[in-house]
Amino acid sequence: MDIRAELLSLLRENARYTTVDLARMLGTDESEVAEQIETLEAEGVLKGYQAVIDWRRTDEEPVRALVECNVTLDRETGYDDIAARLVGFPEIQSLRLVSGEYDFSLTVEADSMGEVSRFVSEKVAPVPEITQTVTHYLMESYKERGIEFDGDGDDDRLSVSP
Amino acid sequence: MKISERVERVPPSGIRRFFELTEEMDDVISLGVGEPDFTAPWSAREAAIDSLERGRTSYTANRGMAALREAIAERSRERYDLDYDPDEEVLVTAGASEAIDVAFRAFVDPGDRVAVAQPSYVSYVPGVTFAGGEPVPIPTREADDFELTAEALREHGAADAEALVFCYPNNPTGATMSEGDLEPIAAFAREHDLTVLADEIYADLTYEGDHASIATLPGMRERTVVFNGFSKAYAMTGLRLGYALAPPEAITAMNRVHQYSMLSAPTTAQHAAIDALDNCEAQVREMRSQYDRRRRFVLSRFDEMGIDCFTAKGAFYVFPESPWEDAEAFAEALLDAEGVAVVPGDVFGAGGEGHLRVSYATGMNELREAMDRIERFLD
Repeated sequence: MDIRAELLSLLRENARYTTVDLARMLGTDESEVAEQIETLEAEGVLKGYQAVIDWRRTDEEPVRALVECNVTLDRETGYDDIAARLVGFPEIQSLRLVSGEYDFSLTVEADSMGEVSRFVSEKVAPVPEITQTVTHYLMESYKERGIEFDGDGDDDRLSVSP
Repeated sequence: MKISERVERVPPSGIRRFFELTEEMDDVISLGVGEPDFTAPWSAREAAIDSLERGRTSYTANRGMAALREAIAERSRERYDLDYDPDEEVLVTAGASEAIDVAFRAFVDPGDRVAVAQPSYVSYVPGVTFAGGEPVPIPTREADDFELTAEALREHGAADAEALVFCYPNNPTGATMSEGDLEPIAAFAREHDLTVLADEIYADLTYEGDHASIATLPGMRERTVVFNGFSKAYAMTGLRLGYALAPPEAITAMNRVHQYSMLSAPTTAQHAAIDALDNCEAQVREMRSQYDRRRRFVLSRFDEMGIDCFTAKGAFYVFPESPWEDAEAFAEALLDAEGVAVVPGDVFGAGGEGHLRVSYATGMNELREAMDRIERFLD
């Protein structure tokens, strides 16, 4: 077993596992786990630990949109340069370069549709290299990062069986 | 109504009593479950649904759909070096349980002795008895890592048996046997002309080393029936689908029983199984890796509690020594005080006494809580 790979897989499954439990599951000791996590963080492999939230069950559902961006490149400007101009906006939750009919795929999050629209039209679209944006408002989320939102999770097995 | 003597001789399963005790209580975390907590992979379920939509609701060939037998033969050859002809040497059944029952009825005559390695799954002894045979329990010991040994076979009278049945990776101990460990068993079987019934239902859930099948050892193929199925590795227990691999004359004999009783294995499940073999390997790997983590977790927790626990290497059970001499009393008290269900080992036959079967086919959060409760109970 590759402890490093297995540790990443465990943290992806549940970033709140304690180091003690991680050590138990990996069959190693706590200090080894702590050290590995520290190394992974120092190397920039582990970037953060976040919760997966089903916003519908809260009173403050943010508005989210997927924004497709087309860009034109020239000798002085590459994808990374354009990304650098966008990445700092807190409204942009994710920013990815993708293959296919458009170039960048953004997830934009704000408190209202108006805010998202204004952000796209005032901050994203005016970037000189961006030739076109298409905004898709997110209507319903069924699954995020591998977690199904409406799975019943009921255990209907017999409580004791051979 | 008159009940047959064969049936009267078989007591109700000891599992049943614990099931009833557990059902009476609220907020129980059960570590007493002998099936996966995962759901069958969606791709396989989807294939089952699709088969229903296309109206595939008739019987299949007695031996199972040709496409399924071919897929089973191919997988068995690739993974376990078990080379069987899909037309003549594969029988698809309603769970491995049916295959095993059919084998007892096909190979056991009234009065025949059948050696049963124990502790074991609870169906072998009743199955032999229903077939009119005489079960001969062969205990395995923690000192031998719960492996079956030729000495135990000799000592407990397997030499004049007609057949030997065992299961590795083992329910309830989690023990496995390597090729080297199986060699003396194979030699014993050849020497005493035993038919070997090898229940390998947990083969895909082997965590340390590779699963070895006794049928691959010299001179064993012609005397061995291998049982496997989709219940454990593919989390398809309720779909009831298993199979037997054996030489043509053995499959023909088993099929004669099967065709007059089950007729054919559930058609919907066969469609799911074809898909499972074609498309679900990544999910089987993922489930195996989840079980393996839990196995290490549970073993560490028992170690921390100072409970002696053999290092299980397969299936999804560990088999610790009971902290009290009376394992049944311990299991009952634990259930009563902390709402954690485990199964006392003597339910699984000789060699199981003084132990507890703890299943880790349970989500990590519940498993963690259950182990905390056991620790609290011991304090």
